[in-house]
Amino acid sequence: MAYFSQQLINAITLGAIYGLIAIGYTMVYGIIGMINFAHGDIFMIGAFISLIGFLICAALGINSAPLAIVLVLLMAMAFTAVYGWAIERTAYRPLRGSFRLAPLISAIGVSILLENYVQLAQGARPKPGGGSIVTGGFTLFSSDGFDVRVTWLQIVIVVVTVVLMAGFTWLIASTSLGRRQRACEQDMKMASLLGVNVDRTISLTFVMGAALAAVAGMLFLMYYGVVDFFIGFLAGIKAFTAAVLGGIGSLPGAMLGGLAIGLIEVFWAGYFSSEYKDVAVFAILVLVLIFRPSGLLGKPEIEKV
Amino acid sequence: MSVPLIAVEHLTMRFGGLVAVDDVSFTARPREITAIIGPNGAGKTTVFNCITGFYKPTVGRLTLRGDKEYLLERMLGHEIGQRARVARTFQNIRLFPGMTALENLMVAQHNKLMRASGMSVFGLLGLKRFRIAEADAVEIARRWLERIDLVADADRPAGELPYGAQRRLEIARAMCTEPRLLCLDEPAAGLNPRESAELNNLLVSIRDEDGVGVLLIEHDMSVVMKISDHVVVLDYGRKIAEGAPAAVRDDPAVIQAYLGTDDEALDA
Repeated sequence: MAYFSQQLINAITLGAIYGLIAIGYTMVYGIIGMINFAHGDIFMIGAFISLIGFLICAALGINSAPLAIVLVLLMAMAFTAVYGWAIERTAYRPLRGSFRLAPLISAIGVSILLENYVQLAQGARPKPGGGSIVTGGFTLFSSDGFDVRVTWLQIVIVVVTVVLMAGFTWLIASTSLGRRQRACEQDMKMASLLGVNVDRTISLTFVMGAALAAVAGMLFLMYYGVVDFFIGFLAGIKAFTAAVLGGIGSLPGAMLGGLAIGLIEVFWAGYFSSEYKDVAVFAILVLVLIFRPSGLLGKPEIEKV
Repeated sequence: MSVPLIAVEHLTMRFGGLVAVDDVSFTARPREITAIIGPNGAGKTTVFNCITGFYKPTVGRLTLRGDKEYLLERMLGHEIGQRARVARTFQNIRLFPGMTALENLMVAQHNKLMRASGMSVFGLLGLKRFRIAEADAVEIARRWLERIDLVADADRPAGELPYGAQRRLEIARAMCTEPRLLCLDEPAAGLNPRESAELNNLLVSIRDEDGVGVLLIEHDMSVVMKISDHVVVLDYGRKIAEGAPAAVRDDPAVIQAYLGTDDEALDA
């Protein structure tokens, strides 16, 4: 029981990070029907910028952990948002209205570009850092000589994620901006006729997704204390799996999917073998695509005749 | 003759070898309902698509007079709605089906809201000016829901509403953009006589109370003859007649286009 509880706590933490990344996939898919394969690398860039941010904070002598976290968070979100905007502007917008695969291929190109750019700029070796910002924790309970521990960092991760997700749900559901996004999602041409600037709305969607990926990047860095240029690939694909599992295009689906992927991965590693945890996750992707292609919360696609 | 609201001059639209609209010129005046009629395939919807920026005309000039002159053929899609203020509806209804009736009307007012929020995300975080603008927008949407008799259905997804209600909602949504020109593509299609009569009242009130110029494509002659001030008749992409409803109805060219040429008339 104690072991199970510990795994559950770890799984929720990991799931929260996947969920944050998955939102970026799902929002972009919802609005322009495209899988943004570069999104995982945006997450990686967010983690790197966070690392740089923490180093700057340390150099400036900012010792308060909450202050450093807020500053770095804002910095990472701002920079990564610019990346998201620029990528959409240069790699996807010119291809809008082109055949369906074109932006997808472009996205893979951007992904390779970002990975190589970071490898060149930052080096290929894993960079440690950020792991000692929030330390410590407390023992929730003990049984059978096993301590179930919750670290403060895990609490920070879950709280940040829950707050951001609640904020985003509110933004989409009940603000003018969210209404614009949903309108573009349902009928882009009609939204344009009503005077909605579709291009700007799409840009904003990318910016929002990238900002959330930056948050995930920072939390990832603090959790694992190490970052390299390749983390975006696996994390990105897993978050994509989460988005598909939850029903791509659905915001609550992305959160649920992220949580589910976190649970599967951690419990598989905890009870079976940690070598095959990724296999377990992707086996789920295959099963979902076969048996429930629209995901847990997605609407089935209706073929128009 | 007062200043026209929209002047369509020498509009020609070719798709490859097909000439859908051939050198059509007409004007529509403010505070009037101008009907465009003609047999199927006459090019009516193509004219609409040119006015609202769906197509770039092959030849021709489309001038809308508002606070200044807008050359519609040179404007981007969303600018036509946003700056020139032309709104339209479709033959096949294009509401946002997953959004509620109220939200559909709110989307149409987003430009106003965006201006109030200072064109930024920060406005969403509770600026007072923005909250007031949002409340105003809800109030305007409510008033339109009352006018189209859908208050009780405000929070139902638009896609679930009955057909006639969707038609009215689409017109209300177009009106929520505060247009100068409202283009309606067969608004009476599929309506029963009672709904059709309600629609007539709605259109007349839009003309008389809101003072908006209406451009109307319609097959239902009872609607056209009853409410339009001016009628333009197209056939095979060309304008064959124009004038007051009664005059157009008796025009031999129009009768011929609709009923075909009478053999005896040819013999005579």
